[in-house]
Amino acid sequence: MYPPSLVVTFTKKSSVKMAKLTSLFVISLSFFCISEAVFEDQVGKFDWRQQYVGKTLFAHFESNTQSSKKMFVATDKNIFASFNSRTGDLLWRHVDKTGPEGSIDILLLHGQDGRLLRSWDTNIGGLNWEAVLDTGSFQAACFVAIQDTVKLVAVLKKAALSLHYLSNGHQKWVENLPDSDAVQYQAVYSGGEEEVYVLGVVPNSHLTIIAYSLEDGEIIKQVTTLAFLVSFATTGKKTVAAVMTPKNETVMLRHSNPRWLSPLSFPLQACAINLFSVDSGRRLLDTTVLFPLELNGGKPHALYVHAFLKKDDSVGYRVLVQTQDHALTFIQQPGRVVWTREEALADVVTMEMVDLPLTGTQAELEGEFGKKADGLFPMVLKRLSSQVTLLQAWLAHLWKLFYEARKPRGQVKNEVTIETLSRDEFNLQKMMVMVTASGKLFGIDSKSGSILWKHYLENVQPNAAFKLIVQRTTAHFPHPPQCTLLIKDKDTGLATLHVFNPIFGRKSHIALPALPRPILQSLLLPVIDQDYAKVLLLVDDQYKVTAFPSTKNVLQQLQEMASSIFFYLIRSDQGNLSGFRLRKDLSTERIWEVVLPTEVQKIVAVKGKRPNEHVHSQGRVMGDRSVLYKYLNPNLLAVVTESTDTHPERAFVGVFLVDGVTGRIIHEAVQRKARGPVHFVHSENWVVYEYWNTKSRRNEFSVLELFEGTELYNSTVFSSLDRPHLPQVLQQTYIFPSPITTMEATLTEKGITSRHLLVGLPSGAILSLPKMFLDPRRPEVVTEHSREENLIPYAPEMPIRTEWFINYNQTVARVKGIYTAPSGLESTCLVVAYGLDIYQTRVYPSKQFDVLKDDYDYVLISSVLFALFFATMISKRLAQVKLLNRAWR
Amino acid sequence: MASVPRSFLLLSIIPTILILCADFACCNTGRKTGDGLDTDFSGFSVPLEHSFQVDDVSRFRMRGALQLRGGRETSVSLSQSQLSEEDRNTLKEVAAVDGLYKIRVPRVSLTDRQTERQMDGYLTAFVRACSLVESHLSDVITLHTDVSGYLIGVSIVTIPGACRGTEVEDEVDLEAFNTTLTIIAPTNAPQPETALFIERMDIEHEKRGKPQEQKSFFAKYWYLILGGAIFLMASSSAQPSAGGAEEQQS
Repeated sequence: MYPPSLVVTFTKKSSVKMAKLTSLFVISLSFFCISEAVFEDQVGKFDWRQQYVGKTLFAHFESNTQSSKKMFVATDKNIFASFNSRTGDLLWRHVDKTGPEGSIDILLLHGQDGRLLRSWDTNIGGLNWEAVLDTGSFQAACFVAIQDTVKLVAVLKKAALSLHYLSNGHQKWVENLPDSDAVQYQAVYSGGEEEVYVLGVVPNSHLTIIAYSLEDGEIIKQVTTLAFLVSFATTGKKTVAAVMTPKNETVMLRHSNPRWLSPLSFPLQACAINLFSVDSGRRLLDTTVLFPLELNGGKPHALYVHAFLKKDDSVGYRVLVQTQDHALTFIQQPGRVVWTREEALADVVTMEMVDLPLTGTQAELEGEFGKKADGLFPMVLKRLSSQVTLLQAWLAHLWKLFYEARKPRGQVKNEVTIETLSRDEFNLQKMMVMVTASGKLFGIDSKSGSILWKHYLENVQPNAAFKLIVQRTTAHFPHPPQCTLLIKDKDTGLATLHVFNPIFGRKSHIALPALPRPILQSLLLPVIDQDYAKVLLLVDDQYKVTAFPSTKNVLQQLQEMASSIFFYLIRSDQGNLSGFRLRKDLSTERIWEVVLPTEVQKIVAVKGKRPNEHVHSQGRVMGDRSVLYKYLNPNLLAVVTESTDTHPERAFVGVFLVDGVTGRIIHEAVQRKARGPVHFVHSENWVVYEYWNTKSRRNEFSVLELFEGTELYNSTVFSSLDRPHLPQVLQQTYIFPSPITTMEATLTEKGITSRHLLVGLPSGAILSLPKMFLDPRRPEVVTEHSREENLIPYAPEMPIRTEWFINYNQTVARVKGIYTAPSGLESTCLVVAYGLDIYQTRVYPSKQFDVLKDDYDYVLISSVLFALFFATMISKRLAQVKLLNRAWR
Repeated sequence: MASVPRSFLLLSIIPTILILCADFACCNTGRKTGDGLDTDFSGFSVPLEHSFQVDDVSRFRMRGALQLRGGRETSVSLSQSQLSEEDRNTLKEVAAVDGLYKIRVPRVSLTDRQTERQMDGYLTAFVRACSLVESHLSDVITLHTDVSGYLIGVSIVTIPGACRGTEVEDEVDLEAFNTTLTIIAPTNAPQPETALFIERMDIEHEKRGKPQEQKSFFAKYWYLILGGAIFLMASSSAQPSAGGAEEQQS
């Protein structure tokens, strides 16, 4: 019933043209057409993807030769991956199930997941075989090689050591460990001879090493030392231990299993790594590696050693250092960093896109207006000088263009550095500020994906919640842009602020307000202080309000506006929504309260509208030329609840639309026989939500649209306090053939472009679904009016077309969130999808109506223009001559 | 009892755009307090309280009593007294300083009479006092219930809702409330309309199916072909020598 797809993904442009022509009549027959796909030559032009694995728990190197390239890691995201140790590139990756089911207890060279022993092919990452191990409190495992061939697996449990055959998982022997109550056995290791070493530690006391015979499990020897010993690495016949010491002389021992080391807290500038011989305990000469620590990075957390024999039979080694900020650094002797991977980006929590600053010359021009006038003559001089600098810059630009044009294509490099950052013509390049769960902040160039700055916040609790707020954009030169990160401890509710410049990542030296009480809510007001920073209000648990920045100017403005500042608080554990109004003394009063009984339903999510959203058209023109006005309430909240009763017949999903100022319930709908997880988008005058239908066992999309009717109550301004009539609510539901993981709507500069929904699917694809398909006014029966309005006839099933996947084959594993930002071009919306991977692209929901095509024929147009111009000139001349001649007659 | 409020609804000029599940609406002027309340009524009564203070500190006082009746046909009616002289003056003063007029009702369940008293807390809503004064105390109070009949929210708006700063001279205008009361239960969100769609598809299929069943090309245009053939035969037999040979050569 819809026209067939017009463009096939991954075809050359030329071949597509014919398809376009042949299907033109198809378009003319039907009145709508959406074709959106990527041409092969466009792949990677406007988009990029970065793949991550997460925080490394285990790492292994392939073999003990200098030339080996592969290394293997297993991470806290249940991912087993292989890197190229020369470049740090990902060779292959296995994304296992999330949650404890897929968690990897330990990684051996062949890999082992929990109770399942799996053997992986190290070249391509294919699964060789899988065997079930018996249960027990698992501690460690390692391979045991006899005469250089791996035959056995040693498994260390809390109180026993067992040996298994690698070929089939059968047990060879099992031995109880001595003193298993007092000693925490942590590691097991075999150097390849007839012995298996077990390493145990009595906390803060000593270390025990027990050597077992491989054949029958007899204890050969037992050593107790009074020092912390480290992980072994072996090469040939030498077994070595790597020890990392901080430069300030405090001995710090590191081991691949970090559980038995207490966190250290002292400032570090660099660390030295030394190699010790295990047999003699002596330090090997010339093995020191100096590991410089980044100023804004984390401290070393774990160390993995790859030792090998050099040609002269001395021991060489490389070290993989994992720092607290989840960065992996690979170091070669003597202290050269081969590569670094920022694995913190595998867990992005929130992000914002910030406009890049103007270039120096542009900024100077702008700055002219910002300053106070100082006389006519100096101003003229200043204007002239800035014009001259502009001219200079333009000439330099021209020269650069000319110079580069002569060079062959490949040599031109456009390296992005923090110094050369400047806004482009259409504001398509932006700074992505990403906040990760580890507490590390990143500034990433949206065009290339290169990390321009990083800042590690220490002392961030692992369960902290983050909220990133842009307080001042780049538009207020010479004031630098300012972002504020609100870090809230989920247990105590105490919050701290981190204020920084989003372009350079530097921390601002602004006096922060003291926040002694837990913070319930933060809200960004449109009020700006004298430095053009928006005011952030923080509400604590006693409903007292703290303003940041809290200058005299701000407080005065707040006092004036207090009676018109309303905010809401939601306590989902009590099902309580309440509204407050600010008083002049910055205390608050409760003005409304809505209570959803928790014994019936619980609030799962609340969403308002995005503050930077623009709606271009106030209404929709209907078939009979009348206008249906949208109900555009900026204070509207969409509250989604789920029933506490999970029985498939009685379960329901509730959708409440509540005015955030007056607490008025605008609409209240119940989706019967449905349960979560509910994903929803709230924008303009519509809410789209997705849920699981328990009766039909399928995913369904529902769309709610609000209209004021054919007349506007007050067309000039919207006030929640003065809208007595409830809006008309239209709703329609569709079947969606796939579960989804996240959803977001596109956003453009002025809101003229039609909207698309960006839907993240579990497969890693991102679907760009036209909002047109989610329109509750889609008619059951096609009429003249609905055809006039371009409404698609109702079909219960929502199609998924492969050409709607905006990320073609660049799947984003475990997509967690999608962020959209407008660009300077009305047609273009910037999209960042993040999860395990990060994918950035641009989407054109209404196609590129404001951009000339690549194959635009400039020559033809300009020649026609010139020809016409000359023709006019000549004919004018001829007409003049003719007139003159006529006058003489 | 039921017919009286319904006639009031008809009389009331307030256009209610969308009362999706308004099972019952009642418009009761304060002058009629006590009338007909003592009739057989299986429901129960909860207080409706209001608060308006110049210093905006909530001090709730009785405004009226809401008669609620649960069950299949939930209904609500309100009996309220007139504003006293003192209240009228306070309300005007509050309106002058742009204060708020707040109302509250206790949290109750319309269906489950056992738990009705156990729930604590109130549902609160507000309106600007000036708009209440300027609308001459004509307000619309809406009670919202959830699926199981608990009251979850209350809202109050005045019609008209704007504050234009017009003075209300006549004291009589501020004596009695002109209240429209509605109770709204959640609407059921629609399911995907598969049955209707399939039905429509079938109809379309039938429409389209009929001509497709029809005969082949020859069966369809046999008369044209036959006519053409006869015409050709006739023309060739009529002019056996005139054009036949020449045409073959050309």
